[in-house]
Amino acid sequence: MLHHPKLRGRPVAVGGSVEERHGIILARNYEARPYGVKVGQALWEARQKCPDLIIVPPDYDKYLRFSRMFRSILHDYSPQVEPFGLDESWVDVTGSLNLFGNGKAIADEIRERVKFELGITVSVGVSYNKIFAKLGSDIKKPDATTVIAEDNFREVIWPLPAAELLGVGRATQVKLSKYRIKTIGDIATCDVALLKRWFGKWGIFLHTFANGLDESPVAEAGEENVVKSVGNSTTCPRDLENDMDAHIVFQNLAESVAERMRDLGLQARTVEISLRNNELFRFTRQTTLPRPTHISGELCSAAMRLLRENHKWEKPLRSIGIRGTNLVPIGSTWQLSIFEDEAKRERAEKLEYAIDDIRRRFGHFAIERAFMRSDPKLGKLNAKDENVIHPIGYL
Amino acid sequence: MVNIIDYKPYMDNDCKLYVDVNENRLKDGRIVPLSFVWEDGCRYKIDKVLDARPAASLKAGGAGLRYTVRVGSREAYLFLEEDKIGARWFMEKAIPNS
Repeated sequence: MLHHPKLRGRPVAVGGSVEERHGIILARNYEARPYGVKVGQALWEARQKCPDLIIVPPDYDKYLRFSRMFRSILHDYSPQVEPFGLDESWVDVTGSLNLFGNGKAIADEIRERVKFELGITVSVGVSYNKIFAKLGSDIKKPDATTVIAEDNFREVIWPLPAAELLGVGRATQVKLSKYRIKTIGDIATCDVALLKRWFGKWGIFLHTFANGLDESPVAEAGEENVVKSVGNSTTCPRDLENDMDAHIVFQNLAESVAERMRDLGLQARTVEISLRNNELFRFTRQTTLPRPTHISGELCSAAMRLLRENHKWEKPLRSIGIRGTNLVPIGSTWQLSIFEDEAKRERAEKLEYAIDDIRRRFGHFAIERAFMRSDPKLGKLNAKDENVIHPIGYL
Repeated sequence: MVNIIDYKPYMDNDCKLYVDVNENRLKDGRIVPLSFVWEDGCRYKIDKVLDARPAASLKAGGAGLRYTVRVGSREAYLFLEEDKIGARWFMEKAIPNS
């Protein structure tokens, strides 16, 4: 909207590519909301609800750039900035109150600065814990500050629907309503033993969250980089029907995962694959490697082995993903195997670094494996640069 | 197949004018614009940089470092914006305070 003033005042949504089968609404503006256009809706459904809807393609580079600029403003107020996805962050300003005033004053200043410097509006929630701060930011939009204090949270938060609470997803919501728990207040006043019986450990968390007793700290800058896993997944431009199709996409994803791990100085001991078939049934499988790796070929081989063991191609696959977990720093010691050709492995490692270098200098498609070209549609994925970072789980 | 309204006509931006700028890069990292070429093809000398701060241009659509410059008796905004191509200078077509 900022970059295209002619779109202002019209119902606009960002939509994925229909041809590449990412045809859903990724974001929509306030003008599109009254029509019932929702994030995650299929494009055709959104267009049915709002015939004048203008659907623009995503510009991930620009999104990243604005996300960086936004975070850099936040860092002016505190070193404790913990991102929650690309467009939300928690900021602990406890130590900055003497410098900049109270929480609301800081929130208002941040809002004004973001509006002036980036040309976009933000909503801020000010509170004494992360759960209520996030809730507060969702209460009044698009350009407002909501304060939730210890003495008024019962009036402000408790009447809200349970689904508004962080941690209550669709499944939890369905289960809660089965037990006639409709509001956040209902969760807060519910017997914690009951919640535990219904939801296990998560029930205790929900009770803590609803009562404003969450004490999790806002991560210091840099701490968020403590990576637990590196993964990539994609909805393929066409359904995958055999091992060769899957191999092309897995190799592509493995290259991205391996390169990102090398950038982070990490290697994985466990490989996990996620598969979703054309009926949207999803499952994951994992395997532990004999030794940690950041070589894409080894990740891909492990993924293919898991695939062959667990999927018999009764149904085609719509989306697949690969993830390296159980990460250890590059250079960690491990037991060498007498059955493996160490020199060959070292050459493979050097090759991967050389490919990284070529791609950094000349772009991703400057060098590709030849078999990627056997299906240009599947092979054209640039998983690393197009990697979308979704909010990580809260815990 | 989804019948999508063509978004392209809405993406034009008549107010945003990318300009060639002669600039001085100081050793402390600052960039000082010296002159720019307007759409009439004339090069205009910047007499003074009055202010520089991060700002968005709602008129032209963009965000970056905004220089307030004096050109003769007029003041204008000159934006240095980073995008896919690199850092580019742009101006709003209607000069403020004119």
